[in-house]
Order: sequence, then structure tokens, then C-alpha cells
Amino acid sequence: MAAIRNGLTAVNDFFSTRVGRILFFVVLAAITLFMPVFFQAAGNVFMVRIFALVGIYVLLALGLNIIVGSAGLLNLGYIAFYAVGAYAGMNLGFLVQELLVGLEFFGEAPENWSYWMLLPFAAIPGVVAGIAIGAPVLRLRGDYLAIVTLGFGEIVRIAITNDIFGLTNGASGLPGVGQTVAPAAGQLWARENLSTGNFIFSKDLFWYYVIIALVLFTIFVITRLDNSRLGRAWVAMREDEVAASSVGVNILTTKLWAFALGAAWGGIAGHTYAYWVGFISPESFNFMESVLIVCMVVLGGMGSIPGVILGAVLITAVPELIRAIATSPALSGLLTPEQAAAVGDYRFLIFGGLMVVMMAIRPQGFLPSKRRARELKPVDDTILAQENQQLWEAEHKHDSDSDII
Amino acid sequence: MAMLEVNNVTMQFGGLKALANVDFRVEEGEIVALIGPNGAGKTTLFNLLTGIYRPTEGTIEFKGTSLIGKKANKICIMGVARTFQNIRLFANMTTLENVMVARHTRTRATPLMSVLGTRAFKREEEHTVDESRKWLRFVGLEGKANELAMNLPYGEQRKLEIARALATEPSLILLDEPAAGMNPQETASLTRLIGKIRETGITVLLIEHDMKVVMGIADRVSVLDFGEKIAEGKPEEIQRNPKVIEAYLGSGAEALMAEG
Repeated sequence: MAAIRNGLTAVNDFFSTRVGRILFFVVLAAITLFMPVFFQAAGNVFMVRIFALVGIYVLLALGLNIIVGSAGLLNLGYIAFYAVGAYAGMNLGFLVQELLVGLEFFGEAPENWSYWMLLPFAAIPGVVAGIAIGAPVLRLRGDYLAIVTLGFGEIVRIAITNDIFGLTNGASGLPGVGQTVAPAAGQLWARENLSTGNFIFSKDLFWYYVIIALVLFTIFVITRLDNSRLGRAWVAMREDEVAASSVGVNILTTKLWAFALGAAWGGIAGHTYAYWVGFISPESFNFMESVLIVCMVVLGGMGSIPGVILGAVLITAVPELIRAIATSPALSGLLTPEQAAAVGDYRFLIFGGLMVVMMAIRPQGFLPSKRRARELKPVDDTILAQENQQLWEAEHKHDSDSDII
Repeated sequence: MAMLEVNNVTMQFGGLKALANVDFRVEEGEIVALIGPNGAGKTTLFNLLTGIYRPTEGTIEFKGTSLIGKKANKICIMGVARTFQNIRLFANMTTLENVMVARHTRTRATPLMSVLGTRAFKREEEHTVDESRKWLRFVGLEGKANELAMNLPYGEQRKLEIARALATEPSLILLDEPAAGMNPQETASLTRLIGKIRETGITVLLIEHDMKVVMGIADRVSVLDFGEKIAEGKPEEIQRNPKVIEAYLGSGAEALMAEG
């Protein structure tokens, strides 16, 4: 245990140095940009999809991190914002595609621009949902807020399953009969112009890069926000609400900003997911997903952008990795195909166990923000313990004195 | 009209009357001390003034506007700042950041402006840092700008809390036992600091147990005991007031004082 803990601390310290940082970013950028190309070239489209999916989860985890990490509000229904974004994206998409028929844009079919035209507004449905749920319930604290958000998540999922306002097509999902999702402009162009020989610039690869661009944009926005008036108010509020309001921070507004901004990224991620996969149904937006995203934030390190990204990557990738290892040829001598499949089925159990171990040895997460780590680590209370000890001794000394007398 | 007028305020917690029909005034430019034995209701009065509690009865007016039912942040915007008896700093923020938070109500940058990094936003941020440093210098913490609040010694934490309160640009500052736990040297420098605060034109209302501080700087002293105001007047008068002596030392003490 201690060895693991020391190892993690050493890794963390190394990444804090200048050389460590540069090396880390170079390797990271290389993997991020070229690994999917490599997989695509090897014909492994499944892995490209996993990469893009990880990207979507990174977006979601970064968004939830504004709510949980920055503002310290536990939200167990975050997936609802993602769902709202996805369904709004699809429905508005159908509308815009119809309106665009017959127009001409830069050589692409006009309806192909619907994704891009809607992207600047993709955050709005999420924000509206965020404010709608946030305004009444943000007076609640801690566990109560968590329970209400959990309920909200379920309400949204059930509403979608029941084809609310006739917009969601119920359990069979969107698009329904007679509806189509247009590919985004650029997707076909990339396929025609960037493919060489056996290498096909696939739809998944195209979306992977779109998602990476959105992740970079998100990191930029969050960094700017953290170093602003609002970011300081978030930290202050998290540390001491009474003191924060006594120096003029409006607690309700500050919480609402966190909720709305977090929800905005749920909306953007949902919109993008809907256009990428081209199909959405209620089962993509269940409670487990909300829990997983909270896990990403907590496991990686609340409030820390690199931490949250790492959390998202690990939680999305580790179960797939366990399955891949179990079914790999290297283990074929040890495991029968049935056993390998069984290990694959148990991957979530193994994964859950790893999470428990993790929380026991490093509750602040893998790469916590410095401030958050201090907040979560109990204050050094040796002085308090000493004081208690002295008090205890003084009392008992008195007892024994009176015994003698 | 007085700057702060508390009329007939009663605060009831269940069966406990923390304050009973208290009348209380603070004039602009004064230093007023609020004293009384533990549990007399001093901090309760502060909490009423800053919107943490709502009085059961009575009125509280600041510059002619009622403070009742206003939220803590609204009251701060109106110009009443405070410190806390049990220091309430943002422990994991640096000294400078603590004071920068207090500029919140005096700055306007929207989140969109900060994301875009507009010139107005940058100018305001610079101004915030300058102002915050100014207040750190004012309380004598300019050398500790980048230290975490939690790592400051006790006396400096108290000073930082005062700097944070001052950075909100108040016209009335409420100090809750600013000298508690300080050594004589620190107490002396705190007394000078309170004098300096008054010189900038800010009215001071303080709760204090250290009579040296109170007698040294207060223009007027009000005494609370068991939720009732038992005396009010100049420090010298209060010192000789038999009711006050009784409240602090018990009955019979007056005779002892007269003999001694």
C-alpha cells in the first residue's frame, strides 16, 4: 500500500517539474493526435470509436467538474443535461435540415451544415435545464442536493422513454421513421481528400478530431473562469459559505452559474454525441452514466483539469482493457475462451474493486488540484491531540490526588 | 440621524432570549465598543446586523434603510463589513486571494468577459490586485501575499480578516473580538490599526474583552448582560458603573473595588 502511495506521489511530483510537464504534454499530444490514425490505418475502427467516446466522457467530466470540483455541489443527475443536449440537438437538427433544403453552401449539401450551425447554441438547452433545476433546489445542501439531482436525472430519463411532447420517439429512440441525421460538413470532404490507399479517413476519426477540438476549447474556458472573479467566488464559497456571503458573494447566483455552466457542457457533449453516433435512445442516459461521470471526477481529482481527464480516460478505458487482456492470445493458454468471456463479464466487478482500493489509499484522486487536496486531507491535528492528552492527564491526575487524600 | 440604529430588538431562540429590547446607536465616525460577559448576546447582535439571523422583534436601520430580511451579501454591498469571533478565513487560499475575494461586490466583470479576456476584464483584475495589496499593506501583511491563510500565525490571521473586511469598502466595520488570543505586543499594534481604520473615515463597532483595547480607543461603550443593555457611556463612566462591575465580578465586588 505504502509503496503504491509513494509511487503515485513520486509520479505527481515528477509531473509538477518543468521537464516532466513538457515531456508529459509532448507524449500526451502525440498519443491524442496520432493513436487513432494508427488504429484506423490498422483497420481497427472499434478502437477509434473508443477514443472518440473517451473524448465525449472527457467533455462530460470537465463539465461536471465545474459543478462538483469548482463549486463543491454534488450532482448525481448530470446525465440529464447530456440527454437534453442530445435530444434538443437531434430535434433542432431535423428542423434546420428542412429549412436548409434548396440552399447552397460551399459545395456541401446544405443540410450538412446543421451540426455546425447549431453548435454555438448547443449549450442553451443544457443551460435552460440547469437553471430550471438549479434555481429551486440550490438552497439545499450536500446530500439533499445530491438526492434531488438524482431524482431530476431519473425524471428526464423517464420523460424521454415516454415520448414527452412527441419529441423523443420513446424507447425506440431517434431518428424515427422518415427522419435522417445529416453528416456534418467536412466529414465527406475528409473521407474523399484525406484518405490514402488502405487508410480511410472514417466518420469516427472525423468526429474524434471534432471532439478533441471541443475538449481543448473547454479546457481553455475553464482555465479562464478559474482565474476570474467567479472562480475565486467558487473557491471561497466552497471553503466557507458564511464568510463568502459576508464579503459580498451572492451564494445562490454563484452556485447557479456553476450549475448553468456545467450543464452547458452537458448540452454540447450531447449535441455532438447525437450527430456523431446518429442514433440516441433513453438507455444511453441512465443513472449508471451519471455515477460513472461522478467517479471520473472523484477518481481523477476534483477541481483539477488533468486529473478529471485522466479519470475519464481510465474509467472509460479500463473495463475495455480488462476485457481485451482476458481475451488476448497471451492468456489463451491459461484461460479457456469461456473463462476469458467470464472475466470480461466480471470487468465491472474488478473495476469496482480497484475503485475501492483507490479511495482507501488516495481519496483526493490521482492528480488532484493542490487546493482540493489540502481541503480533503484532514488538517494536521497533532496539536489538538496533544492538548486532549494533556487535559485527560490533568483530569486523571486530579482523580488520583483525591484518591490519596 | 445615527448611522446605525437598533431599536427595541429582541432575539428569541426557542425558550432562550438572547437579546431583549435592545436599543443601540452608532454615529458616523465613532469607535463604539460592545462589552459584556460571555453569553451576553454580543455576537448575536452582530449576526443580526449582518443578516445571518432575523430579529424576533424590533428594527435595525443602517443609513436610514432597514437591514431586516436582507441577505448577508446585500448588507455587505450596503457598506457593513465584519470579522468573526472564530476566524473564518478561506484557509486554502493565499493571503492575497482572500482579500481579492472581498473585491467581489466592487467589481463587475462577467464570466463571458473573463473567458474572452477583454481589456476591461484585464484592467479590472489588475485593479483588484492593486486594491488588495493596498489593504494588505494597510494591516501590515504585504510581505505575506503568497502565503496560505492557514499557515499564518494567529495574530496575522486576525489582521487578514480585517483586511478582507476593509477591501469590501465598508462605511461601518464590525470587529468581533479582534484582540482575542493576542499577546500584549500584538494587541498594541491592533489598537493602532483600529485607530488607523477610523482615520480613513470608516466607523468601527467592536466586541472586545480586552479592557486595555476598549478603554484605549473607544469613544463610547455599551454593556450587554443576559441580553439586556445595562449601561452605555464614555469608557471612564463605564469603568465606575456599579451595574457593570456587578455583571463582571458579581455583587459585593463594588464594595471590594471601593476599598481596594
